[in-house]
Amino acid sequence: MTAIAAAQPGATLATGARSEAYVEDAVRAFVIATIFWGVAAFAAGVFIALQLAYPVLNLGLEWTTFGRLRPLHTSAAIFAFGGNALLGTSLYIVQRTCRARLFGGPAVAWFLFFGYQLFIVLAALGYIFGITQSKEYAEPEWFVDLWLTLVWVVYLVAFVGTLMKREEPHIYVANWFFVAFIVTIAMLHIVNNLAIPVSFFGAKSYALFSGVQDALTQWWYGHNAVGFFLTAGFLAMMYYFIPKQANRPVYSYRLSIVHFWSLIFLYIWAGPHHLHYTALPDWAATLGMVFSVMLWMPSWGGMINGLMTLSGAWDKLRTDPALRFSVTAVAFYGMSTFEGPVMSIRQVNGLSHYTDWTIGHVHSGALGWNAFITFGALYYLVPVLWKRAGLYSIRLVSYHFWIATIGILLYISAMWVSGIMQGLMWRAYDNLGFLQYSFVETVQAMHPFYVIRATGGLLFLTGALIMVYNLWRTARGDVRDETPIVRAPAQSAAAE
Amino acid sequence: MAYRHEIVEKNSILMVVLVLITVAIGGLVEIVPLFTIETTIERVQGMRPYSPLELAGRNIYIREGCYVCHSQQIRPLRDEVERYGHYSLAAESMYDHPFQWGSKRTGPDLARVGGKYSNEWHVEHLKDPRAVVSESIMPPYAFLADRPLQYADIADHLKALRVTGVPYSDAMIQNAKVDLETQTTPDADTDAVIGRYPKARLGDFDGNLEKITEMDALVAYLQMLGTLVEFDKVQPGSLRQ
Repeated sequence: MTAIAAAQPGATLATGARSEAYVEDAVRAFVIATIFWGVAAFAAGVFIALQLAYPVLNLGLEWTTFGRLRPLHTSAAIFAFGGNALLGTSLYIVQRTCRARLFGGPAVAWFLFFGYQLFIVLAALGYIFGITQSKEYAEPEWFVDLWLTLVWVVYLVAFVGTLMKREEPHIYVANWFFVAFIVTIAMLHIVNNLAIPVSFFGAKSYALFSGVQDALTQWWYGHNAVGFFLTAGFLAMMYYFIPKQANRPVYSYRLSIVHFWSLIFLYIWAGPHHLHYTALPDWAATLGMVFSVMLWMPSWGGMINGLMTLSGAWDKLRTDPALRFSVTAVAFYGMSTFEGPVMSIRQVNGLSHYTDWTIGHVHSGALGWNAFITFGALYYLVPVLWKRAGLYSIRLVSYHFWIATIGILLYISAMWVSGIMQGLMWRAYDNLGFLQYSFVETVQAMHPFYVIRATGGLLFLTGALIMVYNLWRTARGDVRDETPIVRAPAQSAAAE
Repeated sequence: MAYRHEIVEKNSILMVVLVLITVAIGGLVEIVPLFTIETTIERVQGMRPYSPLELAGRNIYIREGCYVCHSQQIRPLRDEVERYGHYSLAAESMYDHPFQWGSKRTGPDLARVGGKYSNEWHVEHLKDPRAVVSESIMPPYAFLADRPLQYADIADHLKALRVTGVPYSDAMIQNAKVDLETQTTPDADTDAVIGRYPKARLGDFDGNLEKITEMDALVAYLQMLGTLVEFDKVQPGSLRQ
């Protein structure tokens, strides 16, 4: 199969001379923005987690209540941290795997960078000042939505334009996922944000759809923000960076075709599982549930393809903690894409919905999958983009890895316990047939788990700050004088 | 298969088009019927558009992100119906642009909170939740009581909603500002407001007669939640979706 060659990024690597032609300044800016917004998002998350444990931290100010800061945290994590990671890596990957300069050149790349940062700042200021349309993960008002639409169309044109002028015969698999991500997010964003502004000079608008139709449109959007922003786009990162880090070709070309098309077809149907037992008609909820369970298979197709790429290179996990981030990310992806279908089953959802179990599930994906694959990519990219021989410190990467992993485990275990506990307390009856607990008793019972969750988040933030220091020193060209935690097997054999 | 897939892998535009078709199908099959199947919205009596004051209160509810912690969707499960009341109907959010069903209950469901507590309770609770419920983790919203409600453009809000399909009449739009003031003025002649917005709660909500505050509007909204549908007139068949 000659097509295998196209599935190997190694085969599409540009020569050193060519790489001068690639647009890289804006990619470097995206990398810095990813790190900056990542820390901001994690810090905001820790703060609002502490607010739930200690409500005095709402500070009595209108701008710092949980209600306004929670969208700030989710948008910072998804769109600022995740979005900058996706834009930056996609521009980097598409040029190299096509052996072509970005369509539109540096001007377009810089427009995308500043245009996207403007979107983030407008959205964030809106949340703090109470300008929101209240649709989860689509909170920005109409004028911000219009601006993002413009930026996104330019992004689509630049990306597809680069694909069209490629010198490689095949479009590399990572780019299929980026195409699906860009096209689908455009569709979701436009339909879910249809609204009638009250006036041309005012921020307020009213959503075009109402009630049950609006609810399904919103969760069609919301679940596929997960499916295409946080899954398809990040799978594209997996398909480039894991083969590069492991120096192995993608495990199965055939599997990547099958799981790509089935993933993007099935994902779109899964939204209604957010609306079990609501006023949404049963047929729609059932359809969403069935497709969510089916989605398990293509999700694991991606996981298998990512993990098995390590075949013959598993030893690298001991010596290369950056690769360990990427591979652990894929393992977390596998775990949360198994948990998701389970939670989409109506009877399970009856217990899990409205509780912290959902929050834990989201964070095993967001921290374990999205953030970890991004960290792996950053540790790979910064030395390449700043033209350094290697990272400042491998040891610090290892510390980051373990601190962050312990943080995630604390976080998701606390949320499993508090979520399932609260779900069970809500439905508990005493032996006289009365509801056993008042609502506020269930709130009280959550307190220790909210403290544990905040601790987990704090560890995750600490790890990220270690990364910031490490990457800063790397960009400066420093190399830390250190002995590796684990020596490569060949070296230790030689030492004996 | 690999051989035939090569066609897509070598044509960017074809790939974009095929991806768009693939991702469009699921949404079309699930969402479009909700607009065309008439039984999606139950056939019940009592639903009406929000009064101008309630609408202003609803906008404050949205502004403060109340939906982040409070759902407005009671599921047909035994414990929820006992705790919160009759399960929510699609009809009850038919004029909600956007819907406020929520996805998380850090606090209790509010779909039927209307009339369960006094105005005074709501005001004290919003100002300082822990003064009323010591274990509460809700943020304080004392600033709502001090701030005058901005409602000069309330008629424009009704007009925008009419574009989306909410049946606001010309009379409702013309009288929007007056209706808002009348609803929160004790001893006013409220026949016209009640005529346009049956069951609207009347009177001063925040205990401050001097000005119409954001607290007035928010409490007016909370006090009408889940109170409109006349459940004693509902026939089981009319709830079938």
